[in-house]
Amino acid sequence: MIRTLPQQRSYTTAFRIYILLFYIFLFAPLVITCILAFNDSNFPALPWKGFSLDWFLGEGPERIGLLHDRSNLRSIVVSAQTAFWVSILSVVVGTMGAFLFEQEKFPGKQGLYFLALTPLVIPGVILGISLLLTANSLGIFFEDTFGVDIPILRPSFWLVVLGQFSFIATFVLLVVSARLKKFDHSLEEAALNLGATRFDVIRYITLPFLRPALFGSGAVAFLMSFENFNTTLFLVGSETTLPINLYLQVRDGSTPIINAVSFLLIVSTSLLAVINLLVSKREVKA
Amino acid sequence: MKKQFRLGLFIFLTPVLLWLILLIVIPHIELLLMSLHGKDDMGNTVWTFANYRHFFTEEIYWYTFVRTAFYAITVTILTFLVTFPVAFYITKVVSPRFTGFLTILLLMPFWVSELVRVYGWMILLRESGVINHLLTSSGLLAAPVEMLYNDASMLMGLVYTSMLFMVVPLISSLEGLDDSLIEAAHDLGASPFTIFFRIIIPYAAPGITSGSIVVFMLALGNYLTPTLMGGKNSLWFTEQIYNEFIASFNWNQGAAFGFLLLLLSSLIIWGALKLSRQELGRALS
Amino acid sequence: MAPVLDIQNLRKQFADFIAVNTLNFQVEDGSFFSILGPSGCGKTTLLRMIAGFLEPSEGKLLIRGEDMTRVPPNRRPVNLVFQNLALFPMMNVHENIAFGLKRQGVAAGEITRRVGALLERVHLSGYDKKDISQLSGGQKQRVAIARSLVLEPSLLLLDEPLGALDLKLREQMKIELKKLQADVGTTFMYITHDQSEALVMSDRVAVMNRGQFEQIDTPRNLYSNPATRFVAGFVGETNILPVKVISKAPLKVQTAFGLELSGTHVGNFQGDLLDLFIRPESIILDPADTMEDINRFSLTVRNILFDGSNTKLLATVGTSDYELTVALPQNQQFAHIDKGDTVQAGVHVDSCRCYAGGER
Repeated sequence: MIRTLPQQRSYTTAFRIYILLFYIFLFAPLVITCILAFNDSNFPALPWKGFSLDWFLGEGPERIGLLHDRSNLRSIVVSAQTAFWVSILSVVVGTMGAFLFEQEKFPGKQGLYFLALTPLVIPGVILGISLLLTANSLGIFFEDTFGVDIPILRPSFWLVVLGQFSFIATFVLLVVSARLKKFDHSLEEAALNLGATRFDVIRYITLPFLRPALFGSGAVAFLMSFENFNTTLFLVGSETTLPINLYLQVRDGSTPIINAVSFLLIVSTSLLAVINLLVSKREVKA
Repeated sequence: MKKQFRLGLFIFLTPVLLWLILLIVIPHIELLLMSLHGKDDMGNTVWTFANYRHFFTEEIYWYTFVRTAFYAITVTILTFLVTFPVAFYITKVVSPRFTGFLTILLLMPFWVSELVRVYGWMILLRESGVINHLLTSSGLLAAPVEMLYNDASMLMGLVYTSMLFMVVPLISSLEGLDDSLIEAAHDLGASPFTIFFRIIIPYAAPGITSGSIVVFMLALGNYLTPTLMGGKNSLWFTEQIYNEFIASFNWNQGAAFGFLLLLLSSLIIWGALKLSRQELGRALS
Repeated sequence: MAPVLDIQNLRKQFADFIAVNTLNFQVEDGSFFSILGPSGCGKTTLLRMIAGFLEPSEGKLLIRGEDMTRVPPNRRPVNLVFQNLALFPMMNVHENIAFGLKRQGVAAGEITRRVGALLERVHLSGYDKKDISQLSGGQKQRVAIARSLVLEPSLLLLDEPLGALDLKLREQMKIELKKLQADVGTTFMYITHDQSEALVMSDRVAVMNRGQFEQIDTPRNLYSNPATRFVAGFVGETNILPVKVISKAPLKVQTAFGLELSGTHVGNFQGDLLDLFIRPESIILDPADTMEDINRFSLTVRNILFDGSNTKLLATVGTSDYELTVALPQNQQFAHIDKGDTVQAGVHVDSCRCYAGGER
């Protein structure tokens, strides 16, 4: 049954085969996507026609590689900018929320906490449309009453940032709260006792203690934002993010340039994942 | 000291309130209000239940709705069945030396965008795809078959994209299960069957609940996978919402659909929490 | 000169119970003062009020003659060594000790000098750059003490800091702490529930019970002349026998199994039911016939609890079932005693201390 109990051979073998198949299932689409990014072919499909970097470096006219593809490059930049702002906002507000719910007492705390958790269980599509509706109504209101046009209230970069932030902040809040729960309050008292002010305590004791959680949740927030599709779909303006841009390309027929983008995404996110993991492991040891 | 304390409360409370009220509460109220509005014959905006009436009278709408809910539940169950053995193997069966490695390997694909993963399946499964190519060139298949764009491929895609959110809570709850409990049960003469249903499943219940809630929610609200892998007649409810908003530009109707989807997901999550006697906070963290 | 700490009518009441009940006492400069009491007696509450983490409900708290009752903890010349030490895990040894100095804005060179000097004092020279997690239990202890001492507080509070150590290390740290205190001359106020820690290290010990001090005295007096029934029972090992008064002056009492004893009583008493306290080491085996003022009886040995220098006998008195614990003298004189043997025993009248009966 488990490793410390005697096991039947057939049980172990069957289990191993299942796990092997599972991991093949898990990696097949990613591996194939990566391989076909280097196929010297005009379609992301077999047969293998030889190794080529055309879909990264090609200058056209027949094959335009990623490096020369304005629209994809632009959307990568937009996504990175969005993710940057979303992670900053989410970490700041999420951390404040964690402090609020872990350390402060006020009437209605339970209800507010429940409300703060709901964004994670509201489908992303709903978050997108409700924000779109509200921004639109506000925009009409301002235009009708004051005769001013507020561009942020139309599908735009900042609306996407707000929409993603609305649920990613909850994620940060949960991660930071979990860390804050492990905080030993005698450390705070010790610092006060040694002459620190309340500000000193936060600066030198609490924030350093939270650092792994802040960086970890910040990195994941960045990724969540970079890859978000559902919420973004309804809020995106002329500046399309990478997932939206890729979606439009996939829907309208695919070229191996999508594989090239995917390859870069897979490599960079895997690297980020490994770094994040190594860092958090070191922090746990320390 | 008292005054500083209150100041801290104020500093922390303000941004949180702004976030929740401006981005969550007001938009959802607006969603509800919009869903109760419509245009009359003169083109004026009026209060109406027409959007909801529409939903119940047009068969295609509520059929899609029920279908989406049913498939989302199916996806949740399938995801659990597929990932539970993996979580169990990693935490309890394999030598502890490999636990870390297998876990990392398991999590890696999920850092990659859902779109990329779905795209990977598309180039594997479609008529001109890799699997068809391998099968025909090896002679197992005379002519390529379309494996994409059906309910099965859509379900598989949904299971694939949501596995992470099931397997992580499962692993963390199984990690907490002391091996000696299983050993003790074994020692007291319990069969593997009994051990599984009386010890392991009850112990992993919190993990199962939180995993199921998230997976269900994600499947229900998913748009990418059904549109790309389910093909033309995938009939996923989020597609209806999208169509109303972007294609038909009927925002009132779209808002009604959105509100219904929200209601459905809240109801099912609430029911799951009640059934398993858990709280939202614990289930999410 | 004013005492370092002057507590006047200090009282702390929580919703429905009184944790510290109107205390008055002073701590002299340069002394090692301990507060000894069972858990829940209010000693931690008292400590937290002195450190400034709790506001007293009533009363005043003066440090070196200055009223500190409403001063926040970060502005009191008092430092605390926490029960769990509360060393900052995100800082190394040097940074931990320098933390308080940096808050005071001491110059960097001066900080390095003072931290170095203190590390030497606690025998940790060269440990500056170590992480807290790399230290042993005893080393952490010393860093925690150094971190507080470096600020040269008027009063160093220690909240059961030895609790987490294993027995051997604890014995060692007791001696080290006492030496350190004598060395630096800072006033130590030590909170503990472990009587041996309090007795070994302190100049004076306050025994605390239910929010009040039962006795403040030197360790020796506390042990040999406990002022109350609680102190007699809490400090040191003892045999307790419920007795009935036969005559009041001179005091003669009778145990439930009929043994008559002469004794001395402590404090007033009403009624004729008392508790008789006899320390195991005050029972003399084979007393010489010439000894005076002595209660004599015979003991039957039931068990020998061998524990090296601390070996004891469990013996019943006469034909009764009542078991007394008797310390076995260090010389080999009684090495032959075995289970079932009968020996003559005696207790001096002054060692039979009677207190008004406690709750039974």
